[in-house]
Amino acid sequence: MRAPSGSEIAVGNVLLSVENVSLSFGGVKAVSNVSFDIRKGEIRAIIGPNGAGKTSMLNIINGFYQPQEGQITFKGETRAKMRPYDAANGGIARTFQNVALFRGMTALDNIMAGRTLKMRRNFFWQLLRHGPALAEEIEHRHRVEEIIDFLKIQEIRRTPVGRLPYGLQKRVELGRALAMEPDLLLLDEPMAGMNLEEKEDMSRYILDVNDHYGTTIALIEHDMGVVMDLSDRVVVLDHGIKIADGKPDEVKRDQGVIDAYLGVAH
Amino acid sequence: MAPNSAAAADTFTKLLIRNANLFGVRPAMRQKDLGIWQTWTWSDLLEIVRAYAVGLNRLGLKRGETIAIVGANRPKLYWSVMAAQMLGAVPVPVYADAVADELAFVLAHAEVRFAAVEDQEQVDKIISVKEHLPKLEEMVYDEPRGLRDYDHSRLHPIDEIIAEGRKALADPAVAAWLDGEIAAGKGTDPSIILYTSGTTGTSKGVVLTNERSIKAATDTVLFDKLTETDVALAYLPLAWVGDHYLNYAQGLVAGFCTACPESTDTAMQDLREIGPSFYFAPPRTLEQLLTRVMIRMEDAGALKRKLFHYFIGVARRYGEKILNGESVPLNGRLLYALGNLLVYGPLKNVLGFSRVRVAYTAGEAIGPDLFNFYRSIGLNLKQLYGQTEAFLYLTAQPDGEIYSDTVGPACPNVDIRIAENGEVLFKSPGMFAGYFKDDTKTAEVMTPDGYVKTGDAGFFDEKTGHLKIIDRAKDVGRVNDGTLFPPKYIENKLKFYPNIREAVAYGDRRDFVAVMINIDLTAVGSWAERNNVVYASYQELAGHPLVYDIIEKNVAEVNRSLAQDKMLSGAQIKRFLILHKELDADDGELTRTQKVRRSFIADRYAPLVKALYDGSKEADVATEVTFEDGRKGTIRARVKIRDMQTEPVPAAMGEAA
Repeated sequence: MRAPSGSEIAVGNVLLSVENVSLSFGGVKAVSNVSFDIRKGEIRAIIGPNGAGKTSMLNIINGFYQPQEGQITFKGETRAKMRPYDAANGGIARTFQNVALFRGMTALDNIMAGRTLKMRRNFFWQLLRHGPALAEEIEHRHRVEEIIDFLKIQEIRRTPVGRLPYGLQKRVELGRALAMEPDLLLLDEPMAGMNLEEKEDMSRYILDVNDHYGTTIALIEHDMGVVMDLSDRVVVLDHGIKIADGKPDEVKRDQGVIDAYLGVAH
Repeated sequence: MAPNSAAAADTFTKLLIRNANLFGVRPAMRQKDLGIWQTWTWSDLLEIVRAYAVGLNRLGLKRGETIAIVGANRPKLYWSVMAAQMLGAVPVPVYADAVADELAFVLAHAEVRFAAVEDQEQVDKIISVKEHLPKLEEMVYDEPRGLRDYDHSRLHPIDEIIAEGRKALADPAVAAWLDGEIAAGKGTDPSIILYTSGTTGTSKGVVLTNERSIKAATDTVLFDKLTETDVALAYLPLAWVGDHYLNYAQGLVAGFCTACPESTDTAMQDLREIGPSFYFAPPRTLEQLLTRVMIRMEDAGALKRKLFHYFIGVARRYGEKILNGESVPLNGRLLYALGNLLVYGPLKNVLGFSRVRVAYTAGEAIGPDLFNFYRSIGLNLKQLYGQTEAFLYLTAQPDGEIYSDTVGPACPNVDIRIAENGEVLFKSPGMFAGYFKDDTKTAEVMTPDGYVKTGDAGFFDEKTGHLKIIDRAKDVGRVNDGTLFPPKYIENKLKFYPNIREAVAYGDRRDFVAVMINIDLTAVGSWAERNNVVYASYQELAGHPLVYDIIEKNVAEVNRSLAQDKMLSGAQIKRFLILHKELDADDGELTRTQKVRRSFIADRYAPLVKALYDGSKEADVATEVTFEDGRKGTIRARVKIRDMQTEPVPAAMGEAA
């Protein structure tokens, strides 16, 4: 990018903490009594086998699900109820496991959509597209172009995303989340369904985002190799229960984690 | 008036100053940045390059020293070339996609103390081979991304160097010193060292001088009437003589605007936005463009498809003649005009050719159908022939004298002679000064009376007076029955089919001609999709029996066309196979300019070549491949071989008639 960001990443202060959170759907306990925290500037991974409650956890942080028990503190504010809109406004952006872009719109328009919450002029001003509204749009477009440059997707700027290969769609989705200039970026299986080269590219971009913008990232991932290389700290869930929490190396050696992933001999 | 006054300037720096005076506010360079085209005028350029030169000098760059330029076509890298030349230092551009070893060879051989590079990728590459480069001291870079945490004691952003130079230039003494350096530059000084792509062995550094380069460029600028109002898009490798000549040297001589693409992948869109008036593309690019157009037409609606094919037919009948100013019946002209409205115009617009006045292709022979296609839709595509040692141009086709199988008559002031063995020899204004640090090799390519040997075999066509190139002089062989065997000629005939991306022919001192074929994944993949052929990988598609069937048809057609020519009918293809992997420059199978390295491939796939000639129906082969990140792996495959029917020789027909 053009201007080197001056932000030295100081990993330290807790940005978000989850305390004793439980969530159940009817009789099914998706998450039970889980606590962990995410510190500013780190890459935090949430891993676990299928059905461990990873996506539920992400949806709780995001305000999409309301936990029955426990509380969440974000930027020092403890909240009881939160809607996705508030989460987005508060600086939480996310991507989805199954790409959720506007397929008929171009990559550029999709990323512009990520700026919606930053628009100060109302709908009618935008319709007029004149004076202050135009100036504002130019400013937003500039930010979006910086992201396009950052993610090296110039050549697909004008391509409807439905026509793009999966790996690029994922990158556009990341771009849209970045356009929100989030404090916390939630990535739901960013490498799912990718080939090795695409995975390596995506890893590179995640590290770059963290390094360049200083964005705190929480990611859910299946692929252990990727997680261990990328993240600073890892939470491991199994059947909705937290079974380990720590640095990748520690987690890798943890007997509970090995059992959860490989199964236990009975 | 521009080209005439160019003669007065004997260095590129003096040309830059002349352009700033003459065309001050006209655009000199453009690049798309953050989605918007940025423009630098000739005055801007002079101011920047002066500051940059001073900055580089403060870093230690001095007259006579070399500086490597590594990266894609970006303004800051062109400025690096200009700034180095302003100081009397010699820029040495290196291909951006060169692997670390190749890069190390050139940088070590050229003894560079400085390198101007594009981005982190190139910095990493140079750092990875730095133990082979004891002389390298300082690096400057264009794109800061990812380099923040690097040790910056010997690594500087180009912007910073320019800013420092600008500050220093405020001192009149520094400005006067710089003027002195510029005045001290002589026409006989080397202006650049271009390393050849190494079709044969390791690459050699071709030293070109200011004066000769400018003279050559002045001749061709006059020949094609290029002026300061022209625009070109610089999208071909910076280190290639073509880019340095067509865009850099001609740009400075004519004062036209050179636009740089936003990124390598956007070149096609940028071409369309810029709408250049001067365009160059190697046959390979033109072929890929046409393949893409044809594939998209296959997917278009029935009406559009019919319209397209009908008017392309019209263009094939009349287009070429209209372009050459020959007589065409009125209804032909009307149909063509309608076609232009409905098909050719929009097509040229999509391809970015709407404003092209002069277009060239060179580097390889171009298939007649491919060549005629572009000319028929109204693109003034011409051929030229040349090489790095000549600073590109030796021959070029003048407007109105266009043939698909010739490369045109000798350019103005170029002297061409054909040696006894058919090799083309030349003396030209842009002739090189010698190979860098290699007098033996320089002596090898020079004749006693001062001509340079091109290494290509060719002859002057009696009918047109144009030069025809058939092959590399040393590659033309003979099949055991005595028939002439020009491998490239046969390969090119095959490659004209959209399904065939690459072909390698063998036959010299053998009983018959046999070929290895690389399928084109885009074309064959699209065919497979339409015909419900399922495949998981390139290897699987390449080995598919139905794919063999379609390729067999193409080979049969080539045989039919070879049979037409009495001299070559014995060189018909008797057996062929489809290779299980794409030939790749990273594996050393192609040169960086994408030419096949026949003998290297023969060694690498020895079991396959053996099988082609011992009659086996299939053969096993294991090959080591290099991935893009430098790791190595092995690909194993069982490759099938097909026998071909050959056409009877039609010689008797001529006698009977």
